Amino acid sequence: MTLRNRVLVLVAAVAALAVVALASVLHASARAERRNETQPGGPKITAGRITLTTPGTMVFRNMAWGPHRDELTTVPASDPSGPRTAAGVKCLRFYASSGTGVCLQAVHGTVTDTYRALILDANLKETARYDVPGIPSRARVSPTGHFAAWTAFVGGDSYAGTNFSTRAAIVDTRTGKLIPTLESFRIVKDGHVYHAADVNFWGVTFASDDRTFYATLATKGSTYLVRGDLRARTVTTIHTNVECPSLSPDGTRIAFKKRVKGLPKDAPWHLYVLNLRTMRETSLAEPRSVDDQAVWRDDHTIVYAMPGDYGADLYSVTADGTGRARRISGAAVSPAFLR
Amino acid sequence: MYVADSRANADPSAAGTTGTTGITGTLGTTGTTARVSAAIAPTVFALGAVSLITDVSSEMVTAVLPLYLVTGLGLSPLGFGLLDGIYNGFSALVRLAGGHLADRGGGRHKWVAGIGYAVSAACKPLLLLAHTLTPIGLVLAADRTGKGLRTAPRDALISLSSTPENRGRAFGVHRAMDTAGALLGPLVAFLILRATVDGYDAVFTVSFCVAVVGVLVLVLFVPGSSSTAAPRTEKAARERVVGEKAVREGAVGEQAVRPTLRAAFALLARRDLRRITVCALLLGLATVSDSFVYLLLQRRLGVPDRWFALLPLGTAAAFLLLAVPLGRLADRVGRWRVFLAGHGTLLTAYALLLTSWHGTALPYAVLLLHGGFYAATDGVLMAAASDSVPEQLRSSGLALVQTGQAAARFVCSLGFGAAWTLWGDRTALMASAVALAVCAVFALTLHPGRTVLEPVS
Repeated sequence: MTLRNRVLVLVAAVAALAVVALASVLHASARAERRNETQPGGPKITAGRITLTTPGTMVFRNMAWGPHRDELTTVPASDPSGPRTAAGVKCLRFYASSGTGVCLQAVHGTVTDTYRALILDANLKETARYDVPGIPSRARVSPTGHFAAWTAFVGGDSYAGTNFSTRAAIVDTRTGKLIPTLESFRIVKDGHVYHAADVNFWGVTFASDDRTFYATLATKGSTYLVRGDLRARTVTTIHTNVECPSLSPDGTRIAFKKRVKGLPKDAPWHLYVLNLRTMRETSLAEPRSVDDQAVWRDDHTIVYAMPGDYGADLYSVTADGTGRARRISGAAVSPAFLR
Repeated sequence: MYVADSRANADPSAAGTTGTTGITGTLGTTGTTARVSAAIAPTVFALGAVSLITDVSSEMVTAVLPLYLVTGLGLSPLGFGLLDGIYNGFSALVRLAGGHLADRGGGRHKWVAGIGYAVSAACKPLLLLAHTLTPIGLVLAADRTGKGLRTAPRDALISLSSTPENRGRAFGVHRAMDTAGALLGPLVAFLILRATVDGYDAVFTVSFCVAVVGVLVLVLFVPGSSSTAAPRTEKAARERVVGEKAVREGAVGEQAVRPTLRAAFALLARRDLRRITVCALLLGLATVSDSFVYLLLQRRLGVPDRWFALLPLGTAAAFLLLAVPLGRLADRVGRWRVFLAGHGTLLTAYALLLTSWHGTALPYAVLLLHGGFYAATDGVLMAAASDSVPEQLRSSGLALVQTGQAAARFVCSLGFGAAWTLWGDRTALMASAVALAVCAVFALTLHPGRTVLEPVS
């Protein structure tokens, strides 16, 4: 083949491939418009005001298609599938307690997306903002509203890399003092001080004393439940095979996801509740694998997200292992129950 | 936290990527220089273009993969890298096999490399179909198999289409173009994500189209056999310098060597190649993987979180800028010297990380040194090894050296992780620095290939 012909073949092929590439991009951008249209049969959503101090409401990220997609919305906790009120604040992950909210957002830059955490007051006004080093995963506020925590996935830099690490940060919302990563805390594992390069923390949950928190620590392929002390800056392992702990309002039990042998690698978790006094585990009645940091609706009921048609749906199950899992709201994620 | 140990797993050439500046710059030189032998062969530019295009394609996917897994598919990515360790060994075997297959049948480099590029291209649309961890893991493994398969034949083609006098520069040009692709890829991917909503399917489709262009450029513009490929083959160049000093004991034999598997391993009986391999291995054992370097940068120098993801770009940019100049330098003052100096650069970077001085310029200096280390060692090592392997076994020989180095770096990252656990980051880095210094001194005394690695002219 002459050089001329080779160039012609290349040009023709590039033109054909460019058409395919352009078509795929146009197809994907048309999707944006579809998602801004309200779906028939979806929940009724109206714009309105939200305060984080109204007891008996559930605040969450609305995932239903339409103009209020991804905004914070509220429903009465007694009617979680009822009409929604949207507040105009977009969050990927959210949590609130005692009039303080934490909202993890994506910031669309020109070259890449970055992420940040906003601390919100009761009227959803931003009081502080922090950089989040990766894709937001979990968010929590202490029962007092004095501390907020978030976890992000930080990607590796490898060729077709598939390893990730997590970064868990805690901030004092009164002083603004940030602990960028729990890795700076002293780790006591099985009674000894522990150092390792492969330590990861995620899924912080706070007790009401403004000092104690619980989280997952992962190292050497195992996960541990740790009890943390914000004043002593230590974490101590107290149980194994615990991920995404969530402390009950009365502070006696922890709901968590446990990696169960024999389940498929894609869906390895089952929901459990750990009694912190007896250290006994109770298997919950949700038969499917759950990948969420559950929340407590009250001292007896647990709410969590499962994959759904519009991203995620919310389900509830009793905390004592009885009963059945029940879908309480569609196209919703990151719920917080205001008390 | 623990970041994937990446480049230790990937082959050395994966380390960085990039360089249109190289093209124009060097072409300009070609036009003006009187010494024909100094010109970079069109094949090298063609291969550089293939690598550039392919890296745009693969880095597009790499850049969005974490987002896709977490927000697109809702998977929990932790522990996803478990396969990496197992795959590492397999990848080494694939690379050796690729090298051997390319040598058989009198230089099928182009076709073995082509299959490698085609396999990786075919993986991109498969990502559209895979929605759970296991299929995605398999697709990524196939992608890396393609990469393992093509690396050694491609480097062999570069070395076969350059002369001993300009080989360092040829590899430099290729690595610079490669790195340019790796820098462009993420940019393209994020532009697509910006123009769409959850446009991961568009990213994968575009990535596939780009990869196909890469394969086409290879098929259309890289000559099939080395003799037709480069008008000035190595043999011709050697004939010119025979009678001077180049061809001596241990230098590449001109007699026909049949490219059997046995002959491939018998290469290690050659003193020069054995010494190069041993040195690459020893130095590899003291080369802390990139992810640890970035982690140390962040911990010891307090680089803010939001810059963390950009640190590899710093290394890549330095690699891009320095690959051609350092390749030229290697041609002029000797490849081995530049290779060792590159490790001296890495040692300096370690030293900076160990100091308690916290200047704002320090992270930049470390990244510059780190990129300089790759520029002075990655292509240069291939150029150096090429001098000690006969043409008929070029691919196998380069695969041996690459595999040895990659394996050593993997062992080092395991060891470094363990040392960090036992003693903390500072002591672990100190130990690596000492080990690197000892290995470098040892490599200096071995001085492999004094005969062929010194400048030829």
